Amino acid sequence: MRAFARRHPVWTGIIALAAAVALWLIFAVWPDGLEDAIGRKKVFLNAFFNGITLGGLYFLVASGFTLIFGLMRNVNLAHGSLYLLGGYIGYYVADSTGYWLLAFPVAFVVVGFFGILLQMLVFRRMEGEDLRQTLVTIGISIVVADLMLWGFGGDFYNINPPEWLSGPMDTFFVTAVKSNGEAVYMKYPMVRIVIFAASVVVGVAMWLALNRTRIGMMIRAGVDDRDMLSATGARIQLVFVGVFAFGAGLAGIAGVVGGTFQTIAPGEDIRFLLASLVVVIVGGMGSIPGAALGALLIGLAEQFGSVYFPTYAVVLTFLIMVTVLAFRPQGLMGQG
Amino acid sequence: MKRSLLGTISGLALVTAGAGMAFAQDGEPLKVGVLVTLEGTYAVPGEDGVRGIKLALDQADNMAGGRKIELTTVSTDTTPDTAVRSARKLVEQDGVDIVIGPLSGSEGIAIRDYAKTQPDVTFINGISGAQETTLVDPADNFFRFNMEGAQWSAGLGEYVVNEKGYKTVATIGEDYSFIYTQVLGFAIGFCQAGGEITDRFWVPLGTKDFGSIIAALPDDVDAIYLGLGGGDAVNFLNQYQQAGGEANLIGGTIMVDGTVLNSKGSAKEALIGVPSSGPQADTYDGENWVKFVKAYQEHFPEGERFPTPSLFATGYYNATNAMLQCVDQVNGDLGEGQAAFRDCLANLELDAPNGKITLDENRQAIGTNFITEVVEKDDGTLANEVVEVKDGVDQRLGLSKESFDAIGLPGRDVPECKTSY
Repeated sequence: MRAFARRHPVWTGIIALAAAVALWLIFAVWPDGLEDAIGRKKVFLNAFFNGITLGGLYFLVASGFTLIFGLMRNVNLAHGSLYLLGGYIGYYVADSTGYWLLAFPVAFVVVGFFGILLQMLVFRRMEGEDLRQTLVTIGISIVVADLMLWGFGGDFYNINPPEWLSGPMDTFFVTAVKSNGEAVYMKYPMVRIVIFAASVVVGVAMWLALNRTRIGMMIRAGVDDRDMLSATGARIQLVFVGVFAFGAGLAGIAGVVGGTFQTIAPGEDIRFLLASLVVVIVGGMGSIPGAALGALLIGLAEQFGSVYFPTYAVVLTFLIMVTVLAFRPQGLMGQG
Repeated sequence: MKRSLLGTISGLALVTAGAGMAFAQDGEPLKVGVLVTLEGTYAVPGEDGVRGIKLALDQADNMAGGRKIELTTVSTDTTPDTAVRSARKLVEQDGVDIVIGPLSGSEGIAIRDYAKTQPDVTFINGISGAQETTLVDPADNFFRFNMEGAQWSAGLGEYVVNEKGYKTVATIGEDYSFIYTQVLGFAIGFCQAGGEITDRFWVPLGTKDFGSIIAALPDDVDAIYLGLGGGDAVNFLNQYQQAGGEANLIGGTIMVDGTVLNSKGSAKEALIGVPSSGPQADTYDGENWVKFVKAYQEHFPEGERFPTPSLFATGYYNATNAMLQCVDQVNGDLGEGQAAFRDCLANLELDAPNGKITLDENRQAIGTNFITEVVEKDDGTLANEVVEVKDGVDQRLGLSKESFDAIGLPGRDVPECKTSY
């Protein structure tokens, strides 16, 4: 952090200023002039928090994708199918047992197992052949999408969160002050807050596991130099399988999350594959903090876009991607 | 490649088999082409459209005017260019006399334009519902026996003002022409009855996260009109419940169709009691409708059909029936550029399951519209219950040609909300 500030004093200033403005916008009671110019504070705050929670979902999907890419240089274009599969499994588990929380471990294990199969049966056979892997995974994603359409039909699935999570909760953010001086507090959907907290926990846990544990050390070594790591006697194939299973499992969990505050249906696999591609391109291929930053940016851009300039909201995410590619092709947090 | 080769071979086999059989009949077989979406998102509704055709043909023993009907079905993917490509194949390679289809709005416009280049072939629309297809620069040989988006909204505006007492409404809709048209139909009735539209929100088609838009909805309106469909609709309802939304809702036609009412999960429960409108209603007790539903259910085994025929099945069923009746009436004679056949179509009064249908001077359906409310049935499923039936809905919604043209083509801010047009 300090090193960054010393190297880029101007950028540090701009970022600090932006952060200060954002904090003021969030906590201050807006003066009338500002409300006239950009609308009610309630709308702004909601867009802000929705952007962050949506970013949390994108992070869950993209972190597995970026982890797999970073370690194995596998571009797994079937990642979206794993997301969708997780969602369907989550729906059936939550619906038949009545326990929403149970959907997460089950989706993680089952989809992780599919990840193991993918790694053992597909990727190990074509190690280092990027183009072949890409084409084969596109093929797999098409086949799997059709199989799921056959199995689960074209209906829209919606996973019901438990009673204590549905409905809104009061937050301590003041959106407006009534004429009698009473403050109006923002209401926000409970389930989104929980989901965001969960993705923060997953992110921090991943960061700790990567930076503070022995296995994490092996994975990081593998990212830097795979051949050297296997020469030191580490069982690299085992690490590969483990990472692949974990990344796939995360996609499965993301499917349950996505099914809870959005819907699961044919076509969502492609949408989330595209979202994770954009996220890792913006954040930097193979970097977990990069995935977090990219997911946050894309989530915020989508939500602010949807309320402030709806017609061009779709373009905004791609504009960000183009800008990043033009000025920092390795991604915001990527290593050259 | 292999697949298309296989398709061609089996197609050839079918054609030869059909031709062989035809000589046993009196007349030459009548070649009919079908344009329907059997791939992509609309594949499932498209299949139901095919069921509608099959039902109509089987009820007529596959014969009309003493001629056997020889069907060629080609698939489109709801884009105009595949529709035109598939239509060209039907007309220029297979040499069909009549084309039934297509399914989606922008396809309909493309096929209307293609129809102008093929004056010897008659096109009967499947279920595509763009207003422009028959309103702007219509083709002489393109007939549409279904109503379009604005007609599907007819009567809803008056109903919510008079029966529900909603005076101010904000609309939220997907940002494309079909929803513009639906809002136009709603607004013309609603504003004439004294209602006021305060805000119009447009979201890109395929929006999955409505959190911020829900927060931006005004609190001080009587109701919110929802012009969303499919996954977008389910997502909206889900997130609206999570955000604790409590406003009254009004649904566009595709907001309350089977895809939303049959979705898995509790999101759809927000729709109970919501008024809406459309060209058919599952629980309608009209004699023809009950007969049609029964025939549909008996004809196709459970699991290979919807519980009741969808809009798509009804649309293709009506189009096929119109064709069969007119081929019968001209005794299978499609000579002289199909003049007699087309004359019959233009003046036909089709006694369809969803009400009587006649055509106007642009060959566009004048039909019946149903105002419905979503109810929960005893088995926990949701259905549309008819609360009002509006007969004789024409494309100009009862306005004169001049005043309807003065409104302009539907758009984000068109029409203005006025008490008279």
